[in-house]
Amino acid sequence: MHRTRLNRRDCLTGLTALTALLPAHPALASPPEISFDELYASFSALGLKFSDKILTLTDQTIRIQGFMAPPLKAESQFFVLTQIPMALCPFCSSDSDWPDNIMVVYLDKRQTFTQPNQRIAVTGRLERGSWIDPETGFVSQLRLRDARYGLA
Amino acid sequence: MRILLAALAASTVLTGAAHADTTIYPLDRATILVNSKFDFKVELDKVHAENTVDVTVNGKPYAEVFGKPAEFVAEEKGKDDKVLGSALILRDLAIAAPGTYTVAVKAGDEAKSVTWDVYGTPATPRAKNIIFFLGDGMSVAHRTAARIMSKGMTEGKADGRLAMDDLDHMAFIGTSSTHSIATDSANTMSAYMTGHKSRVNALGVYADRTPASQDDPKVETIGEALRRTTTKSLGIVSTAELEDATPAALVAHTRKRADKADIVGMFYDVKPDVLLGGGSAYFLKSDIPGSKRKDDKDYIQLFRDAGYTLATDAAELTTAAGTNSGKILGLFHTGNMDTWLDRNQLHKGTVGKFPNQPGLVDMTKSALEQLSKNQDGFFLMVEGASVDKMSHPMDWDRAVEETIEFDQAVAAGLEFAKSNPDTLIVVTGDHTHGVSVIGTIDDEKPGDDMRAKVGVYDEAGFPNYVDANKDGFPDKIDVTRRLAIFSSNYPDYYETWRPKMDGPFEPAVKNENGEYVANEAYKDVPGAVLRIGNLPKDNDTAVHAVDDVVLQATGPGAEEFKGYMEQSDVYKVLADTFALGADKK
Repeated sequence: MHRTRLNRRDCLTGLTALTALLPAHPALASPPEISFDELYASFSALGLKFSDKILTLTDQTIRIQGFMAPPLKAESQFFVLTQIPMALCPFCSSDSDWPDNIMVVYLDKRQTFTQPNQRIAVTGRLERGSWIDPETGFVSQLRLRDARYGLA
Repeated sequence: MRILLAALAASTVLTGAAHADTTIYPLDRATILVNSKFDFKVELDKVHAENTVDVTVNGKPYAEVFGKPAEFVAEEKGKDDKVLGSALILRDLAIAAPGTYTVAVKAGDEAKSVTWDVYGTPATPRAKNIIFFLGDGMSVAHRTAARIMSKGMTEGKADGRLAMDDLDHMAFIGTSSTHSIATDSANTMSAYMTGHKSRVNALGVYADRTPASQDDPKVETIGEALRRTTTKSLGIVSTAELEDATPAALVAHTRKRADKADIVGMFYDVKPDVLLGGGSAYFLKSDIPGSKRKDDKDYIQLFRDAGYTLATDAAELTTAAGTNSGKILGLFHTGNMDTWLDRNQLHKGTVGKFPNQPGLVDMTKSALEQLSKNQDGFFLMVEGASVDKMSHPMDWDRAVEETIEFDQAVAAGLEFAKSNPDTLIVVTGDHTHGVSVIGTIDDEKPGDDMRAKVGVYDEAGFPNYVDANKDGFPDKIDVTRRLAIFSSNYPDYYETWRPKMDGPFEPAVKNENGEYVANEAYKDVPGAVLRIGNLPKDNDTAVHAVDDVVLQATGPGAEEFKGYMEQSDVYKVLADTFALGADKK
């Protein structure tokens, strides 16, 4: 197998060339965006099916907009992102439950929690599959790891 | 002075005998069906040696009367291992002879006594079938609004009658719980379905002092009583998740209605012959997207293996109802099913995801078709769940249309009873809401101030709903002169004075301090006004009222419903009607 060895100068030159080719647009840095309507391809009482977009983007860094549900506890680095503001806090009231299409968010470091009426955009690494949060017992299918958020 | 002191001392002796923190379950004045299983528990306030605890029943040692000794727990533990006192627990007790039972406990300076009424029933059933219709949260205003919206009104007289308007027996039902005048759908339905009142959030148990949710003293549910004493079929139909409090109350034992994954297992233990509703998320094993279980139990497969025909949409339900398998599990949604308005007219909510959900009337008819194949009869519970689920967020248009749909299910039951007159039909709510119809809202009135468009007294006139297709529902909900319906209690919210055409109302959302604030999604609706709540800020939506429920009934056994009754008394009427005190197996 032929291996090309790059020295530092070659590498820097190459990078410069690459940068020059691309449009100077900050959107380039933005990860792929996904919406709540794109999480699942189908819904049935026998289960949901992940969309192709979710299957493709798993383990990649993505961006999604939504509303922060009330944090489970003040110190938590974990919260639930929902499509619309949640009227009910399922952890507070035994009478309620989460909708199917939610995204669990694990922050890479603590951030100030926002007002519930504010739309936020979260960026993080998409993780797929059933997982139980060890601290809260919360079951989720889709998660963003090492996530950060800002106002949308 | 001396006389006064002496009198005080005497009264102290009398009242001191009843130690406030010594508790006996079942509680004082419990009514218990003869031979029904229940757990007997004594909670002592202090730690005592076993041989110093004296328990008698009608003056005799308790073990002699109950037939077996209780387990003695020297130290019951609470949160953080705090010692709560000693306890006695005797599980699965049953009393065979009707009568008055006074249970007296003495231990050191603690003493407590309670009296139970163990009741028998007639030896022969009065009806073959019972259909128990439960409009969750259904209050008088829901019925009035449903009648006006569905049937219309001319010159002060209704242009038609609801099906429930023609039931010939009625009672006022007191819904309060064991620890509060206020109540929820768990303890209220549990009182109907066990004959024992309990505490908010509890199903099929008395709420004891220990933190664990499934060790509390159990009482027999009607599902279990039917299995123990009869060969009748059992059907449960709801537009909610099947694990929700109302349907769960027919089978479940837990202090916490939120134990939904475990409640599915409790359904599996009793195996109702027909089980139709939402809530499949708790039937799916945890690795299936949409599951809310934390284990790999696959209840879909377990029910299939137990001989159930599975239906997941309206078409499959029709097919399943036509089969002779005798057992149908219908799961039409992972969560709560959508409302009539969303399913049939607006296509909002989650209708896009679950487009072929059956309605409550279809589910009721399918259940009746299947259950009536049993020559020995059946007990069917039908819940209109979203009367309540839409009343909490004050989405009155949806709540009233749910009431109309519920009434149409009642009509299907009455139709069945016409050709099967040995059927008792009960129609009731489990608790009420603080809701009233106060007039109309007329968009045609001048100006932009919506408040000025509210018509009261003579100005209210009549609404202009139109039902050209005669399906019993207005052809459109957003008419120009509609019912003005308001709640007596509310969180902060934006009053929009109009039907919520974009999906069910979400009046308030939680902020970072745990307080519910008005949902600003409604701020810019033309005419919207911020109403500052009158509830504590930790309340997300409007709450249940303590007001009585109106119960109505018809058919054999219905004459027992009269005057004021406690919710737990209703169970005795059901037990009498089926003669559950006499083993007919």
